Amino acid sequence: MSQHIVSAKIYSLIFAGLLVMTWVTYEVAQFDLGRLSVIVALTIATIKAVLVVLYFMHVRYSSRLTWVVVVSGFFWLAIMIGLTMSDYLTRPEGWMSFPR
Amino acid sequence: MEQQREAGTLGMWVFLITEIMFFGGLFMAYTLYRSMNAEGFAAASHQLDVKLGAINTVVLIASSFTMAMAVYGSQTGKRQLLLVCLILTMIFGAAFLGIKAVEYNTKFEHHLFPGAGFKWESPEHDPRLAQPARMFFWIYFAMTSLHALHMIIGLGVMAVIFYYAWRGRYSPEYHAPVEVSGLYWHFVDIVWIFLFPLLYLIGSHLH
Repeated sequence: MSQHIVSAKIYSLIFAGLLVMTWVTYEVAQFDLGRLSVIVALTIATIKAVLVVLYFMHVRYSSRLTWVVVVSGFFWLAIMIGLTMSDYLTRPEGWMSFPR
Repeated sequence: MEQQREAGTLGMWVFLITEIMFFGGLFMAYTLYRSMNAEGFAAASHQLDVKLGAINTVVLIASSFTMAMAVYGSQTGKRQLLLVCLILTMIFGAAFLGIKAVEYNTKFEHHLFPGAGFKWESPEHDPRLAQPARMFFWIYFAMTSLHALHMIIGLGVMAVIFYYAWRGRYSPEYHAPVEVSGLYWHFVDIVWIFLFPLLYLIGSHLH
């Protein structure tokens, strides 16, 4: 398996895509979408991060082993935030108060 | 050689995963405290300079692009492209840190650094939000300064890579150091891609 060289054209396209998505997330944030705004902002950020990982960091063209390592990293982060929040968000009223 | 390159890349990724957990703890703290008082976080976020944050996002994405092009230059044996792109990456990185320093300075002047001098007293500030706002700025300074520290280390790494590239050490057969330090640089970019909307944009709708 020889090394795959990503072309300058693909790098430029990804760069343009990242700039467009930065602009979109900036514009969308000017509106009050309530709970939806967090979801929109994080969705755009995640798409940007995935593009960087797949193309700038060449993971798309890397071995299966690299794939597993990369995915497991983000998976464990999701476990940490998911399990912690599932505890805090289901506590009875009055359990959670802001530190004074 | 192929196996060596593969092992190097994998090793860097294992390091980056420890970095995900390093920053992950702070993202965890952010998620929890924001869920406790979203209103206070939005009001505090509104005090940040969104324009400077957006400019820095563009600067950092541009530096990632030039870094990717530097790797491309080393893979294809284009020495000129490699050297120019490494210089551009360092210039963008330094510009990012410069803008960050201006922002920090303004926050200190406005008494928004969450130390003994923290003040949340002007008429536009709801006094009931003082504690969550203080917490927001604590997390803001912790996350952005940790990120800035990674940028400073990245600039040091790039200076070393540039020195060896200038000496002509890298070729299409051997350029693993360029590629692996590129991975680190892109990772720092990804952290900022999440920090920008989470820190700067959550108060933008408050006009």
